[in-house]
Amino acid sequence: MSYQRVKFYQTGTFTVGNRLLDEGDRTVQARTDRSNSLNSGHRACQGCGEALGARYALDAVMRATQNKMVAVNATGCLEVFSSPYPESAWQIPWLHSVFGNAPAVASGVAAALRAKGKTDIRVVAQGGDGATVDIGFGCLSGMFERNDDVLYLCYDNEAYMNTGVQRSGATPARAWTNTTQAVGTEPGNPMGIGKNLPRIAMAHGIPFVATASVADLHDLETKVTKAMSIRGARYIHIHVPCPLGWKSDPAQTIKVARLAVESGLFPLFEAEGGVVSDRTPIRKQVPVEQYLALQGRFKHLFNPRDEEALAAIQAIADRNIHLYALLPTKPAMET
Amino acid sequence: MIEIRIHGRGGQGVVTAAELLAAAAFHDGKVAQAFPSFGSERTGAPVTAFCRIDTKPIRSREPVTHPNVLFIQDSTLLHQVNVFSGLSDQGIVMMNSTRKAEELGLNDWIVQHPEVEIYSFPASDLAEKHLGRSIANVGMVAGFASVTGALTKEAVQYAIQEKFPGKLGALNVQVAAEAFDYVSSHKIGV
Amino acid sequence: MKQQIEGSQAVAQAVALCRPEVMACYPISPQTHIVETLSRKVKAGEIGNCQFLNVESEFGALSVLIGASAMGARSYTATTSQGLLFMAEAVYNAAGLGLPIVMTIANRAIGAPINIWNDHSDSMAMRDAGWLQLFAEDNQEAVDLHIQAFRLAEELSCPVMVCMDGYILTHAFEEVDLPTQEQVDDFLPPFEPVQVLDPQDPVSIGAMVGPEAFTEVRYLAHHKHLQALEAIPRISQAFQDIFQRSSGGLLKQYHTDEAETLLLALGSVNGTIKDAVDDLRTEGWPVGAIQLCSYRPFPSHALRHVAHNAKRVIVIEKDLAVGNGGIVSGEVKLALQGLPTIVDTVIAGLGGRAISKAAVIDIVKAACLEGLEEPHFLDLNWEAINRELTKQAEQRRSGPTPENLLREIGLSSGKAL
Ligand SMILES: Cc1ncc(C[n+]2csc(CCOP(=O)(O)OP(=O)(O)O)c2C)c(N)n1
Ligand code: SF4
Ligand SMILES: [Mg+2]
Repeated sequence: MSYQRVKFYQTGTFTVGNRLLDEGDRTVQARTDRSNSLNSGHRACQGCGEALGARYALDAVMRATQNKMVAVNATGCLEVFSSPYPESAWQIPWLHSVFGNAPAVASGVAAALRAKGKTDIRVVAQGGDGATVDIGFGCLSGMFERNDDVLYLCYDNEAYMNTGVQRSGATPARAWTNTTQAVGTEPGNPMGIGKNLPRIAMAHGIPFVATASVADLHDLETKVTKAMSIRGARYIHIHVPCPLGWKSDPAQTIKVARLAVESGLFPLFEAEGGVVSDRTPIRKQVPVEQYLALQGRFKHLFNPRDEEALAAIQAIADRNIHLYALLPTKPAMET
Repeated sequence: MIEIRIHGRGGQGVVTAAELLAAAAFHDGKVAQAFPSFGSERTGAPVTAFCRIDTKPIRSREPVTHPNVLFIQDSTLLHQVNVFSGLSDQGIVMMNSTRKAEELGLNDWIVQHPEVEIYSFPASDLAEKHLGRSIANVGMVAGFASVTGALTKEAVQYAIQEKFPGKLGALNVQVAAEAFDYVSSHKIGV
Repeated sequence: MKQQIEGSQAVAQAVALCRPEVMACYPISPQTHIVETLSRKVKAGEIGNCQFLNVESEFGALSVLIGASAMGARSYTATTSQGLLFMAEAVYNAAGLGLPIVMTIANRAIGAPINIWNDHSDSMAMRDAGWLQLFAEDNQEAVDLHIQAFRLAEELSCPVMVCMDGYILTHAFEEVDLPTQEQVDDFLPPFEPVQVLDPQDPVSIGAMVGPEAFTEVRYLAHHKHLQALEAIPRISQAFQDIFQRSSGGLLKQYHTDEAETLLLALGSVNGTIKDAVDDLRTEGWPVGAIQLCSYRPFPSHALRHVAHNAKRVIVIEKDLAVGNGGIVSGEVKLALQGLPTIVDTVIAGLGGRAISKAAVIDIVKAACLEGLEEPHFLDLNWEAINRELTKQAEQRRSGPTPENLLREIGLSSGKAL
């Protein structure tokens, strides 16, 4: 689906007023016939970004497939808070196997659908960052490499939240977690390590890779809808703040997510066939400090101020801005 | 043996309350065991924790199903969870509420259980006052020590300072002191 | 020093006192508090030059330790449940290679249906992997067994699992006497590997062995466990000499003399069982209890020695051999074969269901008065089961069984507690 990005600067905020859009461009959630893949009454914490992201993403898939879909879920917060029997919050066929195999289970669902000639039914797999970048990484790479007809959604809250906040391969530099505590010579997660899964996905040359954030739900829906218009392996990496693990105010989840985008720490882009094909430019870059200061997991960087760490994190943001040409004035780096 | 069951919600320091009780009892030279009711519950969901206090070794590992003391850290649970299940007829209920037991819709229950003592006091308000956070656990532990004499005031303070080092500990000791006096000076409950 | 401390914290302290050199851990409930504490200690520089690796899976964790141990480093990890199964290939491999790794198992059920609570299905699934398996009754014993485990593992060059009940012990806050560094250093000598990757003296570790010698190699693995039958009590005694308390050993007895009925169990439920034995004895029932501390090696001779006069042994086990019944009870029967002793299997405590003293007392009386069907499932909700079976018989697409059952149980009790 081609779409035009709509800008609403007149309100002085970044709010995308749904009602100002043409009927057809409004979000799925704005429609009276919205599907509500994930019902209310689940057990997520207040302000859970993952719950929000999952509902928007799966509702968009439901709409794109006229409800002909199956979801496979890895173990993690989303699975645990949404599914306790007999109160499943899911309105779609949903399968949880174990923590590390969701991409392969989804490949199996897709294979069975091929075997039965039911290619109108589509498959989505989803998991947290731990399930995706760590324990399920091998299965995910296999699914990409075979180009199985699966959309994989990663809800990145940057740690293992379900087990009580331990670091994952996606935990950012210098963040506190229970296995990267704020002690020792380099408090928090060590600098300069971690896994950038969107780029690894791109390296597989799969048809569609995108990043998205709960800061821009319309963009998230649009990307999911686009992904569903394509066959083959697709990957969307969604940034979802977790108030519990990030030690942030549950009421500020969207703001935190937005600052991640506007600082350049979480670039929003799309890639087709392994090449970046679109990006969401930043109107005005905010210093990373504004983002970090809202989260208790970075508290040790401010008291006393750890100038070196702050500068290093700023450099990561600056590099992203350069790499993805997020500011109109800066040309893209060779990607 | 004193068997205490604590009801609250995820994020309200329910497990900490049980640990403070056990730590204080240990400091008093008693034997104690505290453990949570092991859920994968997220913030806000009903949770339970247990504490046993005795003078001889405690071997049992079963959850406390017949408590002689109940802590209710969140009175909204009264009508959601069967908090009184198994409570001894001569039991003690420590309730965190600004309202009297009679005002919490418990009249019938009170009539049926004439020997149960209910102490309702605003433990979370006391914490709000000193800490700026309305977390009831410390006040509940101190209130329990005050009405029962099962734990000394010093032991409660010691346990608090051990659990929360530094300034937070000092502030919590103030919460405990006020709760201790509040409960003993207000003829609350029953 | 005596402390009121969480089981996981106590175990982490004990492991730190053992001067581990490499740890690689992957979080999983209810093991997390152990590894979080150890990661903090390493990061804060409290365990010398110890390396703590945050890995991408349990398979990675144990594989890291296989490398570390083969390089001669004292190595430790902890896991449970799904995590233990995820590392299964490496679990067998570490034992096959004879690498003295110590691993805490915070025992937990295995899914599906996913369940984070305690039972013994996980370590039981690995019972034939070649690891020694020691079970702790309380947190004091959990601490003590870890210290003994390093010595045992390194003496025999065989990996050891220290099993402690998830949540029931890992999350219990109770009194534990933590030893001093001097005591531990006195007891635990530095690690002297029997095989090591050394450029000065190169050896190949892990090469292929064909039919001509495979059986002999396997026999030698078995032989190590036979040696362990002697080493475990000896090391437990050496421990007592230094630490002045008795912990571990092959099995422990409680009022077994003159007992006609013996309860036998592994792990923390032994506390509740002892309380039940006291109550039953007061009522005049000649009952005693055996705590199996070493499950691998299985102490058949010691058990036969203790139980040979009993009329009945009731095995209370937190696991299920689906399609057969008891796992432990089968081995108890084998140990007692030829004796007239009746061995009952009571499957209990699965997926964290509490085992109450009252239920233990009831089951002893029922067994002695009426006998038990084999195997017996403690506190089984037959009503819910029968309704589900009827439903399954009536309709082909009856749906996910666990969900149906929960609806049944919700309908039949409606209790929230
Ligand atoms: C093999 C295995 N190892 C460990 C676990 C424990 N475990 C369950 S969920 C989880 C972390 C989930 O993290 P993530 O995928 O980032 O999802 P989140 O909860 O953060 O949304 C872990 C470690 C498990 N279930 N299985
Ligand atoms: S812990 Fe974080 S990810 Fe999990 S439910 Fe709570 S807010 Fe959501
Ligand atoms: Mg995560």
